[in-house]
Amino acid sequence: MKDDSINSGRVRKAPEHFLSREGIKTVWSEAKRGRRDFIRNAFAAAAAGAAVPVALAQGNPVPPEGGDPNILNLPEHATGLGQGVATDGYGKPSKFEANVQRRQSPGLTQTTQASVSFAPLQSLFGIVTPSGLHFERHHQGWWDIDPSKHRFMINGMVKKPMVFTMDEIMRLPAVSRFHFIECGANTAVEWGNVAVPTVQYTHGMLSCSEFTGVPLITLLELAGADLKNGKFVLAEGGEGSAMTRTIPMSLITSGEVIVAYGQNGEMLRPENGYPLRLVVPGVQGVSWVKYLRRIEVGDKPYAAKDEAIHYIDLQPGGLHRQYTNLQECKSVVTTPSGGQVLLDKGFYNITGLAWSGKGKIKKVDVSVDGGRNWRQARLETPVLSKALTRFNIDWVWDGKAAIIQSRATDDTGYVQPNYQQLRAVRGTRSIYHNNAIQSWLVQENGEVKNVQVS
Amino acid sequence: MSRFRNAWLAVLAICLAGTAYAQSGKFPGVGREATPREVAAWDIDVRPDFKGLPAGSGSVAKGQDVWEAKCAHCHGVFGESNEVFSPLIGGTTANDIKNGRVANLSREDYPGRTTIMKVATVSTLWDYINRAMPWTNPKTLTTEEVYAVTAFLLNLAGVVPDNYTLSDKNIAEVQARMPNRNGMTTAHAMWPGNEFGGTKVPDVRAKACMKDCATEPKVASFLPDFARNAHGNLAEQNRMVGAQRGADTTRPEGKAAPAAAPAAPAAAAPKAEGGADNKAAIALTAKHSCTACHGMTNKIVGPSFADIAKKHAGKADYLTGKIKAGGSGVWGPVPMPPQSIGDADAKAIAHWLAAGAAR
Repeated sequence: MKDDSINSGRVRKAPEHFLSREGIKTVWSEAKRGRRDFIRNAFAAAAAGAAVPVALAQGNPVPPEGGDPNILNLPEHATGLGQGVATDGYGKPSKFEANVQRRQSPGLTQTTQASVSFAPLQSLFGIVTPSGLHFERHHQGWWDIDPSKHRFMINGMVKKPMVFTMDEIMRLPAVSRFHFIECGANTAVEWGNVAVPTVQYTHGMLSCSEFTGVPLITLLELAGADLKNGKFVLAEGGEGSAMTRTIPMSLITSGEVIVAYGQNGEMLRPENGYPLRLVVPGVQGVSWVKYLRRIEVGDKPYAAKDEAIHYIDLQPGGLHRQYTNLQECKSVVTTPSGGQVLLDKGFYNITGLAWSGKGKIKKVDVSVDGGRNWRQARLETPVLSKALTRFNIDWVWDGKAAIIQSRATDDTGYVQPNYQQLRAVRGTRSIYHNNAIQSWLVQENGEVKNVQVS
Repeated sequence: MSRFRNAWLAVLAICLAGTAYAQSGKFPGVGREATPREVAAWDIDVRPDFKGLPAGSGSVAKGQDVWEAKCAHCHGVFGESNEVFSPLIGGTTANDIKNGRVANLSREDYPGRTTIMKVATVSTLWDYINRAMPWTNPKTLTTEEVYAVTAFLLNLAGVVPDNYTLSDKNIAEVQARMPNRNGMTTAHAMWPGNEFGGTKVPDVRAKACMKDCATEPKVASFLPDFARNAHGNLAEQNRMVGAQRGADTTRPEGKAAPAAAPAAPAAAAPKAEGGADNKAAIALTAKHSCTACHGMTNKIVGPSFADIAKKHAGKADYLTGKIKAGGSGVWGPVPMPPQSIGDADAKAIAHWLAAGAAR
């Protein structure tokens, strides 16, 4: 392929097959040629420099004419008549927000139908991902399915197999819950080395929504499912690839797994499975089967393509871990983050997201010196189980190089590891389940870079 | 008396009405029993113990014919292609078939992982080919074709001989020869239940040290300068207002445009308006999955639309025929299969191509 010549260690191929050997070599040789020392020295000098008081610049200085023209001269919107109601029956973001888009990682995949788009985490607030910015992962393209023709079937180890229309599912008692969804391959490109520039590409296969639907257990009980011997459930999609995944019955009997039609107050978006998808809290996104058409109750796991060929984690020694479904505790600073430029010295709010597939976030610590010293961040409410949690912490940037990191702890006591700790156990070829601490280098010129520290 | 009787009859009527819904228990009127035909139509999954596998058979020879007609254009003639999807076949040895472990998986320097190197269960291959292949036309293979294609792939990997016919009767013997059949473990803490035994103790255990924790951090990995703009201009990927801007990666580092002049939003940039016909034709290429193999300007499996437009400018009729009949040799040996596409759509796409394939 023609892009071999511009290999940069960034991602190519499907997300299950990112790591290009040539790319890794290139990055390493580049590093060895001395750039590493340059940055390292810059950082070491800054760290040694201690806290020298710096006259902090004023971000919005008074212009020579004695006042800001944006204040002195009234704008058109203050002196004219605005637009009427319902100009747009379904409102859109401001035109000034057009940079905030989900994006593909160039060269990652050869087709757009078996591909990924990443959510722009660097531009999002709070914990809810706007539905139009929700990350996408399709295995065989997306569809906009007529809900009046969509059917949902339950069969297998049940007293009687059943079918439901959307009308019927939407008549049943509904629950609404906030949960994160993260692709098991999120951050996969960074297992061996830095490969992509921004948090959108390092962590953007992550979103969080309020989902509305019917607990799967309600539907299984309706069909008289054998909950004792039926230890596994197969979830199957209605699209071309008829995606299948094995779901543990214990998670279903707990009431957590939802057959969902609602997302953030409206129906699911087509790209996210309209009109019906499975919500499996804490479990990687591939189990949240879209266009859900069938649930089968069984007594053995199914070894579907995406749990026998992909979404298996290669360990040192050559064994693959199979059925690695949980998304362990993880966090990332979303601003300041890679590819951004700090406009000036002075005060900044460091903000980010933390989550755990096992429960609630208990605390998040933030370091600005590459992991030597840490301060506890503020967790913003709500702090919900298996949902994103927003954290904030105050920071005054003195203009020196800094390395910003975040480290989350969940309510099981599990602490998010750094790269050394993670690689010591899992090596660098796992592809899936990279939950290492992320480092952002703030350089003296204000530009922030994705780095890994040793 | 009559008033009493009427009241009683009314109660009886309510009870009778109730029995009509009694089968639905707690949620009367919601859902119905699936018919055997309905279940048969959708219940297509095949488990590792071959529950769900339909009776039938298919030979390696037949599989080769099906492969070359319907599969090779994406996966390569020998399942080795890396052009569209990861390679299916390669990297396994006769020794692996004996041991049930693929030796190359333990080599840090081995460049890739093919499907046959990873997959432990032959049922997975059968199930996925049956439910999802061919990629642009899923669920159109006959049961014999699925057996045959599976047999052909296994033959390419040296698991079954050239004259083999795979069937529901002998597939368990094939399972016992899968190269990586012993290559999976569920002894980990990442399944959210106790169904596999496994363990509850996480494999990586870090501590939340707060002060003087690590030695002085050193930057060990970062993007090289030449990759600075590889993901597009990051200035256009950040909000235009707030505590920070995106770096202008079209310029060398440190030469960023002043913050007072933020980059215009990419989406707001004026675009050349394509004609309605162009848009319609482009939509058709997506609808008929042409875009699985052809890019607007980049070669995927087949040539780009731009290249086709250049080579066959003005030849709308020729292109219409090619779209419908397929062929090989014009752009290389990889065949394009005949497309099941209506005349009107084929013509619309062909005219768009012949006119230059403009956006």
